[in-house]
Amino acid sequence: MPDRPKDVKAGPIKRFLDAPADSVGKTIVVAVGLCLVASMVVSAAAVSLRPIQQVNAAKDKQVNILQVAGLYQPGDDVAEAFQAFEPHVLELTSGTFTDRFDASSFDDRAAADDPALSRALDDDPAGIGRQSNFVTVYLLRDDVGDVDKVILPIHGYGLWSTLYGFIALEENGNDIFGLQFYQHAETPGLGAEVDNPRWKALWPGKKVQDANGELQITVAKFAPPAGVDYHVDALSGATLTSVGVDNLVRFWLGEEGYAPFLANLKAGAI
Amino acid sequence: MAQTKREMLVDPLVDNNPITLQVLGICSALAVTSSLQVAFVMSLAVTFVTAFSSMFISIIRNQIPGSIRIIVQMVVIASLVILVDQILKAYAFEISKTLSVFVGLIITNCIVMGRAEAFAMKNGPVASFIDGVGNGLGYGLILMLVGFVRELFGAGSLFGITILETVNNGGWYNPNGMLLLPPSAFFIIGLIIWAFRAWKPEQVEEREYKIQTVEAH
Repeated sequence: MPDRPKDVKAGPIKRFLDAPADSVGKTIVVAVGLCLVASMVVSAAAVSLRPIQQVNAAKDKQVNILQVAGLYQPGDDVAEAFQAFEPHVLELTSGTFTDRFDASSFDDRAAADDPALSRALDDDPAGIGRQSNFVTVYLLRDDVGDVDKVILPIHGYGLWSTLYGFIALEENGNDIFGLQFYQHAETPGLGAEVDNPRWKALWPGKKVQDANGELQITVAKFAPPAGVDYHVDALSGATLTSVGVDNLVRFWLGEEGYAPFLANLKAGAI
Repeated sequence: MAQTKREMLVDPLVDNNPITLQVLGICSALAVTSSLQVAFVMSLAVTFVTAFSSMFISIIRNQIPGSIRIIVQMVVIASLVILVDQILKAYAFEISKTLSVFVGLIITNCIVMGRAEAFAMKNGPVASFIDGVGNGLGYGLILMLVGFVRELFGAGSLFGITILETVNNGGWYNPNGMLLLPPSAFFIIGLIIWAFRAWKPEQVEEREYKIQTVEAH
């Protein structure tokens, strides 16, 4: 700033602007002022855009549930098509539905962080740290009101990221109808091939447990001794993502996951 | 600076390209160029952030204390980046899903900081804005070139539309998997720099040393 004669009548703002930029007072005022302005801009944007973002995220999840159930038609009204599903909050340990929570608004991910609703995992093959005791599952009923399919949320760690997805099972709780991930950050072209329709097409018809009730489903390079009915070919070039998917599917369909629920489903108790 | 506004806009495309000449912003150029659509949105986001951060910093440049100027620049840039991220999440949800991590990293993109420090601190708001747009476009141009090669030969498609039917999907084209991995962008950017310098030899830097010739006896 060029030197000016001190004007006694200059207002405080002008005096401030004319002060040398490097003075201590100005440094503090600029830093505080800028932080205030920036934080207001950022919070205003975050707050005003949040409703639209939540609608997007919810819609995206619904689209994925429709897709995994084989009901998605591009161009359909998602919210309307989604009415076909019956959401329930499932208590994992007992494998039964609970009315403690409202299924349409229950947040699985928030529950996993709530010590009252979740537990820390000691043996954690899926790499998720904490597991919620309650998850939202979706039932699809046929024309006469019997359970036709169940859509179960699953998640676990792949190579770079936690993969979030759904697995759809037939009413017998053993035949897989489909599997789909709706959120992950695996390598495009390699691990992200979990989204490839040709790979996803390997899942329908596979079986979770063998005749003895042993968990057999696996994602692996070679078929397990149990046979090809329980084997989904691993993704070539994406060994660690495949191992991650194998771990998370086996974890969620196993004893710590949905096994009690699937047993109830098989027994016709749902 | 005796640059015209047109020069400020056009120079960064080839003659003073932030990636190929200044070799800035390489990290994100590796990360987001495996598909054209993502590269395109990233280019727009960086152009937006560079232009507006340069403008805002230029407006307050005479008030910024030298001792905290980098932090002040970072605050402006970071706020704009969060703004872009929030807008993408609201209006381009699908793209934001693949891009979110990288959008956050625009904060550390050397191009944005470089223009703020080298240009916006010394020039007026309008000139700084145009300079920011120019540099964003220069960055975008290289991103699109790299993305074109990587997506076409790595995945057989452009903007997600299949051009070369890949073997995975029952076609004939055996895609080059290496092109989908970040290191391949190094090779492509290297080739682009070579091409630019062959075209415009004045971009070639002078050697910092001379190889000594020893006379044979």
